[in-house]
Amino acid sequence: MDENTKDTRRKFLNNGWKLGLASIVGGAALTHLKEGFAFETKGPAGEKMELMDVDGNIIEVDPIDMEEVDLEQVTHNVRRGIPGRKFTMVVDLAKCQNALACQRSCNKHHFVTGDNAWLKVYKMQETEDTSPYWMPTLCMHCDQPACVTVCPVDATFKREDGLVLIDNDRCVGCRFCMAACPYSTRVFNWNEPKQEFEMNMDMVEEMHSPEHAGMPSIKGTVDKCDFCPHQAEKGELPHCVTACPNGVFYFGDKNEDVVTNGNETVRLSKLLEENAGYRLFEDLGTEPSVYYLPPKDRLPFEEGLENYNEFQSVEKPDVP
Amino acid sequence: MSKYDQLIKDLGPRKFSLKGKLWVALLLAVIVAGIIAYVDQLIEGQVVTNMRDYVLWGVYISNFVFFVATSFVAAVVVAALRLTKNEWRRPFVRMAQIVALACIIMAGITIIIDMARPDRMMNLFIHARLQSPITWDVIIIPTFIVVSLLLLYFPLLGDLAILRDHYSETNKKLSKIYGFFAMKWRWSEQQIKLQGKSIRLLVLMIIPLGLILESIDAYLFSTTYRVGWNSTNFGPYFISGAMVSGLGALITVVYIVRKNKQLQNYITEYHFDKIGKLFNLTCLIYVYFNINEYLVPLFTAKKGESEHLETLLRGEFAIPFWIVTLAGLVFPAILLMFQRFRKPRPLYLIAIVVVLGAWWKRYLIVTPTLLHPYLPIQGVPENWHHYFPSVHEWLITGATLAMALLIITLLIRYVPVISIDRLAEEEAERLTSEKKAAA
Repeated sequence: MDENTKDTRRKFLNNGWKLGLASIVGGAALTHLKEGFAFETKGPAGEKMELMDVDGNIIEVDPIDMEEVDLEQVTHNVRRGIPGRKFTMVVDLAKCQNALACQRSCNKHHFVTGDNAWLKVYKMQETEDTSPYWMPTLCMHCDQPACVTVCPVDATFKREDGLVLIDNDRCVGCRFCMAACPYSTRVFNWNEPKQEFEMNMDMVEEMHSPEHAGMPSIKGTVDKCDFCPHQAEKGELPHCVTACPNGVFYFGDKNEDVVTNGNETVRLSKLLEENAGYRLFEDLGTEPSVYYLPPKDRLPFEEGLENYNEFQSVEKPDVP
Repeated sequence: MSKYDQLIKDLGPRKFSLKGKLWVALLLAVIVAGIIAYVDQLIEGQVVTNMRDYVLWGVYISNFVFFVATSFVAAVVVAALRLTKNEWRRPFVRMAQIVALACIIMAGITIIIDMARPDRMMNLFIHARLQSPITWDVIIIPTFIVVSLLLLYFPLLGDLAILRDHYSETNKKLSKIYGFFAMKWRWSEQQIKLQGKSIRLLVLMIIPLGLILESIDAYLFSTTYRVGWNSTNFGPYFISGAMVSGLGALITVVYIVRKNKQLQNYITEYHFDKIGKLFNLTCLIYVYFNINEYLVPLFTAKKGESEHLETLLRGEFAIPFWIVTLAGLVFPAILLMFQRFRKPRPLYLIAIVVVLGAWWKRYLIVTPTLLHPYLPIQGVPENWHHYFPSVHEWLITGATLAMALLIITLLIRYVPVISIDRLAEEEAERLTSEKKAAA
């Protein structure tokens, strides 16, 4: 092998998205090829393929005898989180105009088919004399999560990287977490979710993990915003952050003291200090991971009214 | 054993009359309808209910709370009155145990009905987490079922043996069944000693267990950040409410049984007067806790809380709230102070109203709070802003109530409603003491 292919391979491995290969090979030698094996194709189809086995020996296999399997290699413990991280979000209310691109993007990427979106933009007005503003809410990923406390089966759990996630394979559907959440952020799959996937269903079942909520949603269990760890894994921002045309959402790492909305990357502490950042219902002691910047000098409120729909947060396809 | 004959005739098993058969048939019909609805709920999901993301608990939970509350009656009538040596409790004890057992069993079943994934029920044991109030419930409810069952069963042994002997000639099959459950009971000294010890222990256990049960039921609500639930008053509030609904249910059952079995000689006006006084006391205590829960907070209620109180006192839920509070609690508490309302029939009518009120009361504790989350309800269909149970929910809830009534009916059919063993013993004691006096 020449240097070039080795490099490519190394890069490929370092990406964190290692491809595994399971193969059905005639003979006894390779009945148990597991994930983590690198492979490469040489030349056009029909020729032999080079593979590396557990001991590092290169062997040649006919591609006809192989079946490619996409195995996501999670390098961290799903219940413990990505080591060293403390995910944080800042929502700048001054920039929110109820464009709802965040919500649409979230609904799409989490295959939300119910009637209650995970990310909602509230029309807020404290009193008659104070001005109205738009307030996006998602799961606050509290450091003292009320939902986790009351869960009887540890289906919803708190990770070291700050995320509160749900194991939909364990949830018994008692809905106590929903009763406990003061932010009304949790939604329930009251019926069989009518989700559509581009991949075949077996594949989805194989891949589904608390790190990508809604893929697939499971009847009789609770769903909510997951802070998109599947994106973080790829080094990308959550869907709502990238979708927002106004840069409302800043996402980042509190340990690094950095957040970004995709356009600008700023110091978290400075952003909060300069803009008088606060958290929702601080007095409850839930210690949310989501901060808000007050709606000072904000974009005109009225323009958001066009998109406002009190009774709908998930667009439904027109039923003929 | 001729000394039992009259007692068995009066109190023992009696075949269902036509009315009784119709009653059982009605209950069975309601239960079958409920089971069909439940199977449909299992297939379709909880979507068949009218619960949604905001009103995430509905009539199932309030019905559950009602059952748990009513099952407290055993602790009050059987245990507390025994420990305070109130002899007038005797004719009520057996029926109180029956009502308590039926209710706690149905409470257990009702909470499973509310679970959207009953197929994963074992997770509650496999992955149990001790800080969740649901886990506390998982521990206390089966415990309470077992203790209630034993508290009914152990004192019953003598009666079962009497019936075993009674039917030994006339009905061999029935005699065998009673004999099986009588566990070779022969009134031996050792048996009686062991029985007495066991019952004393159970009686001592059921009071703290009952208090724990009712408190946990309250903590299911008060451990959440919810206006109207997050109240330190909730534990005693639920305990006092439990005494009211438990006694109400017991008085209702006792009156009906007394009328149908012609037990006027066994359960006299004196007994009704006594239990009416106890009922009155519990109602007054409950009034007190209602004042703490709804009136005192008016002075310092924060915005969310005052909005919640507003919907109860003047708004959406005002009509049911005031009917339940006035007709179901305050008026009974006042009326029961007068002796003539503690006569059997008026007391029975009051008790029925109180029980109905107690059922709706739980509904008013669960639902209105859920419609007042901290953040406004937005972005969901309009009908999610309100809640009224769906047909499925009514059918299933009706079936759980019918099942409780069926358990009570069948137990009353086959088991002496007042301990024959005990009555015969008392009679014997009376005779010997009379003899002594004469001598």
